Amino acid sequence: MPPKVDREKCDGCKAENEPLCEQICPGDLFTLGEDKKARCRMPRDCWDCMSCVKICPKGALETRVPYQIGYHQAKLIPLMGTNSITWTLIDLNGKVERFHYINRGSLD
Amino acid sequence: MENKGITTLNDIKTEIIETDLLIIGGGNAGCFAAYEAKTQNPALKVTIMEKAQISRSGATAAGMDAINTYIREDRGETPESLVRWGRAQLGGGPIREDLVLSNAELLNESVEMLEEWGLPIVRDDEGYYKLRGRWDISIQGEQLKPIMAEKAMEAGAQVYNRVAATNLLMAGDRCVGAFGLGVRDGKLYVFQAKATIVATGGACGIYRSPVTDYTGSHHQTWMCPFNVGSGYAIGIRAGAEMTSLEQRWVAIRTKDFCGPVDTLAVGYGCLMINGRGEKIMADRYAHLGGEKAPRFLRLNAPMTEWLEGRAPTYVDTTRLSSEESKELREDLLNERPSFVLFLASNGIDITKEPVEIFGSDPYIVGGHTGSGYWVDIKRMSTIPGLFAAGEAAGGSPNKFVGGCATEGRIAARGALEYLMGVSLPAPPADQIDREKERVFAPLLRGGAFDGVTAVEMEERLQRLMDEYAGGVSQFYRMNEERLEHALKQVKVLQDQTRYLFASDLHDLLNVHEVIDRLSVAEVLLHHLIYRKETRWEGWQTRMDYPEVNPDLDCFIESRRDPLSGEVKVFTRSYEQLVAGDRTKG
Repeated sequence: MPPKVDREKCDGCKAENEPLCEQICPGDLFTLGEDKKARCRMPRDCWDCMSCVKICPKGALETRVPYQIGYHQAKLIPLMGTNSITWTLIDLNGKVERFHYINRGSLD
Repeated sequence: MENKGITTLNDIKTEIIETDLLIIGGGNAGCFAAYEAKTQNPALKVTIMEKAQISRSGATAAGMDAINTYIREDRGETPESLVRWGRAQLGGGPIREDLVLSNAELLNESVEMLEEWGLPIVRDDEGYYKLRGRWDISIQGEQLKPIMAEKAMEAGAQVYNRVAATNLLMAGDRCVGAFGLGVRDGKLYVFQAKATIVATGGACGIYRSPVTDYTGSHHQTWMCPFNVGSGYAIGIRAGAEMTSLEQRWVAIRTKDFCGPVDTLAVGYGCLMINGRGEKIMADRYAHLGGEKAPRFLRLNAPMTEWLEGRAPTYVDTTRLSSEESKELREDLLNERPSFVLFLASNGIDITKEPVEIFGSDPYIVGGHTGSGYWVDIKRMSTIPGLFAAGEAAGGSPNKFVGGCATEGRIAARGALEYLMGVSLPAPPADQIDREKERVFAPLLRGGAFDGVTAVEMEERLQRLMDEYAGGVSQFYRMNEERLEHALKQVKVLQDQTRYLFASDLHDLLNVHEVIDRLSVAEVLLHHLIYRKETRWEGWQTRMDYPEVNPDLDCFIESRRDPLSGEVKVFTRSYEQLVAGDRTKG
């Protein structure tokens, strides 16, 4: 809301008929622009579930909080492992925190 | 523009698919229904019509941090005690105790299936699922949706992604499948099915969200905004009986950014406080259960602090240690990750300052309250051949993840039994032609057409409902004259749907979403008008009838006549099966 596309990193998932963000978005919000880069056609309609950010193989997508309610420039970056996820959180003052945990299988 | 070269009705391809069982909506209930059906009878053809992509669609797209109901038998809990708690949560009901009981009996098994499938469930020192409240257990559920989807597919269900249900396919009074709009390929899908289960999400976006105006982001909502009520709408238009739509779900959420409050309040014991630092529930609502008061009161109480001059309202997170803060935010990352980003964007350290809370917009969600299709014990609706489960099925509130999963299984069993004696009629050409024209007309109006966009109509509906039918801007209050005004305006909007136009297939989807929201809004208003009392303050507050009316201790039902369009409202009585004081859980 809106997911911001890094146009340098995005390659439009060349090997796919549809880029992965277009395939996965629950709101059917992604499409390929004329420049063959991912484009969110209705930024207002994003629910920030971050499914697109998680699936992007290029790390080209970033969920942003609208400036009206969140200052520039905090970041939340998920990294998907096989049975785990690692989140990097950077607050507006640049303080970094990391969260790593199991998201599949046994917790033992 | 992505309209697949469609310029006339003749350009639209029709795809006819025959199946034994059609499941509309590949969410929580839908995936479990598919798994159950294929496991019980692998020879059956089971088909899922999914509006998005089944791996990350609907309410659990981002994940979940808890399963809100699990019966810890070692603690003396039973299906009966879950019924007692559930009806007390509704202020004494009415609830369908038969449905809740049958669900509760299979509930634990469904939760255990999820763990077996790979969902990490946190255990306590004794090896039991770790409770975070009386019924809620903690999960690390970031992958909840992909896990359920994989199991449905592995079991052999065939999934049609990016096909949105538009109407039911009928043979007389019987349901024999459904129509779908191919959002990517521009086809009209005709699923012919011996039995059909509606397992869609509930309805978000009937009302305006409180955050819409000042963020430019329209979907700061608790419920998934892509769940627009289509599952109800297709039944309403076909004449199915709906129950308890007036029992709206409204959640207390974090303010300005719609984040979870229960995770903080229930999971971590952070109490709700007002601007003076007073504990809202313990100080003012002890007589109604204090912190354990029903959910509608836990919404209405902080909102009352705003009205009576004691705002802002918070959950007091300042008692947390920094380790607990990290653990809590890890939970939030499993369900609403962007809320953690919101906190970081504002430099909020929750151990130093409390988190502000406010009410959400109202939703119609039968997995949470009692709204939805009236169903029999096998989850068949009043339309033969049409079953409902999860958010779509009414009468049994507080299902949440585990209960919706279970109801999917129960509906699948019922559907399997039903379809054994059923054969499919030939595809009805006239019905297909009519639906094709209805669905695609907004895409074929031509470039010069002077009309209305889906967004314009959606926003008009949402503002109308907010102001006249008890939205958040009105602190959920309503009265007869306002409701009648809203109903009159909804009729005008329904008439104006002929001006809706779409320039591509995504637009066309949006057009049908607003049409479906109007179908739900109309019937919802009839329900709200009929309940001339205030039974669930906050969820259903009638300023002109502020007290509970004992004569309305019953279900409010509706049926829209498919031919005349007339909506009839009537009642059904409450049958108490589990003994005891209904307000005590």
